[in-house]
Amino acid sequence: MTKNVKQQAGEAKHPLEDLVRMDRIPHIWCSGCGIGSVFSSCLTAIKNTGIDYSKFAMVSGIGCSGRGAGYINIDSFHTTHGRAIPFATGIKMANPDINVIVFSGDGDLFAIGGNHFIHAARRNMDITVICVNNMIYGMTGGQVAATTPYLARSATTEAGNPESPFNLPLLAYAAGATYIARWTMLHTRDLADAIVAAIHRKGFSFIEVLSPCPINYGRRNKEKSIDTLKNYHDKTIIKNGADPVTLDIDYGKGVILGKFVDIDKPTHDEKYRKIYLREKE
Amino acid sequence: MKSAVLTGEHFINGDEACAEGAIAAGCMFFAGYPITPATEVAEQMALRLPDVGGTFIQMEDEIAAMTCILGSAWTGAKSMTATSGPGFSLMMETVGLAVVTETPCVVVNVQRSGPSTGLPTQGAQADMMQAKWGSHGDYEIIAIAPSSPQEMFNLTITAFNLSETYRVPVFIMSDEIVGHMSEKVVIPPAGKIRTVSRPKPKGRKENFKPYAPGPKGVAPMPAIGEGYNVHVTGLTHDEKGYPVMSVDTQKEMMARLLGKIRNNLQDIILTEDYQLADAEIVLISYGVAARTSYTAVQTARRMGIKAGLLRLITVWPFPDDRIQALAEQVKAFVTVEINMGQICREVQRCAQGRARTYFVGHPGGAIIPPADVMAAIKEAMQAK
Repeated sequence: MTKNVKQQAGEAKHPLEDLVRMDRIPHIWCSGCGIGSVFSSCLTAIKNTGIDYSKFAMVSGIGCSGRGAGYINIDSFHTTHGRAIPFATGIKMANPDINVIVFSGDGDLFAIGGNHFIHAARRNMDITVICVNNMIYGMTGGQVAATTPYLARSATTEAGNPESPFNLPLLAYAAGATYIARWTMLHTRDLADAIVAAIHRKGFSFIEVLSPCPINYGRRNKEKSIDTLKNYHDKTIIKNGADPVTLDIDYGKGVILGKFVDIDKPTHDEKYRKIYLREKE
Repeated sequence: MKSAVLTGEHFINGDEACAEGAIAAGCMFFAGYPITPATEVAEQMALRLPDVGGTFIQMEDEIAAMTCILGSAWTGAKSMTATSGPGFSLMMETVGLAVVTETPCVVVNVQRSGPSTGLPTQGAQADMMQAKWGSHGDYEIIAIAPSSPQEMFNLTITAFNLSETYRVPVFIMSDEIVGHMSEKVVIPPAGKIRTVSRPKPKGRKENFKPYAPGPKGVAPMPAIGEGYNVHVTGLTHDEKGYPVMSVDTQKEMMARLLGKIRNNLQDIILTEDYQLADAEIVLISYGVAARTSYTAVQTARRMGIKAGLLRLITVWPFPDDRIQALAEQVKAFVTVEINMGQICREVQRCAQGRARTYFVGHPGGAIIPPADVMAAIKEAMQAK
């Protein structure tokens, strides 16, 4: 029995709809913003793991990317600025069965929250941290971030940024992360696959996702959204296993994407339980 | 491996008694950061939590410690942290998150002298207003002040019970003197200890409203992993937990947050009367300062002065009605506290000019000598 085509179309659902709080749509992200694409890849990844949705929790901090937790239809926590990782740590250590995903921005995770990032990586806390790196404080109107390129213009560096940005994968590597990758929001499938791998990888996983902020970064730096996407397409090199030292973001020489670290190390909850609760690993 | 309740008589300090109270109350998670004079609470929790299958973690700072216990609390675990002045200051932003997300947690502040690094090894009671007002915005919390190691045990259990009942942060406002004082602590049999756990939701999980108030104005609280798909945010939110940037939602949310405390004062407020029935001069005191006040009342009584003590066990919410009622009967209030004037302001407010108010304070670092209190009592007696 063939159903009416229109009726079929009417019944069609977006394949990720069960993971979205549809009653909260439309979202707040601007036209040309990349966060939605990163968020979609994240939802696809969660679906593709095959793990029951009730075994996930998403934690965000504050900022545009920090709104991610507000749209995903699982247990989700929109915390304070910079503190998604310690909140996630509390969840993981109290209930290791939960797959905890931190979804937040570069300002949140690496300026105000930088200390928590390095310590969670050092402990090998078994969480997955997805950083949407748009190189700027978007929600507050485009102030310089710890990831803003040298000499880039922002609302607080009108004549150019005098500071140097973090190389985030290098930082994660130095702090002890067991899975490290970088993709752009254009590489949706690679990104979704990386997130699946990061969720399955026991230990502290970190994925940096380059993503445009046309309103607050692009506008000031004469870079249209399409220019940024062209950079992501034309001036990136996929090089798995690249030396983290080479991963600074410089489109002049090409920006390296890929999986840089994927190693097996006991996690903090495994070690705590083994040493203190006398459980076998 | 020891059990959760170490029934028997112990000679331990207040910090250790606090940790034993937490374990007896069912605490299963502690995140902390070392700070004098609260470190022993963390050390004892690190030692004892494995006995009950619980988890201890030492975080990178107090901000992380406070945030960590909110995450653990949402898995269903009764959770606690302990700190002192500088750490308490760092925790303040997250206290607001705990209030607005209605996350049960217990925060121990073993107070030391400030401001800033102050006298790290010497006691004070100068964070009392910070406990009430330290985080931004309007809110209600519960703060309890133990006067002895025994009370550090008993009132830590009370703190957990109140926190779980009202889904609110509860502060144990101890001080270095009580924290480091060793006394006999009697731990009753487990069966004699009343413990309370947060209300849990029943029924449909679809369209569940995590902030729809139940009895006492408190919403049932699901745990992560139970399938309720809760959204929890520090933004102003409706009963569904969704952010709504409107004045109406703000009004509704604030009424709920404040109401669950303000409408249950009878159930929350704990005070102790000592020689109050016929008192003309009423000392108001809490925590270690109350120990000075007992002595002062006894001395005054021997001199024929009708003095009494109202000891505040819960300092917040403040017992407005009780002090207003006493103000109609007594000549004067004398507030005794180790700070330069904090709770005495509340007493003055509640006295409403119907009784005189005096203040015996101390800048911190030592207990208040009873003689200082006696001087104020005499002054109050002589006042026309």
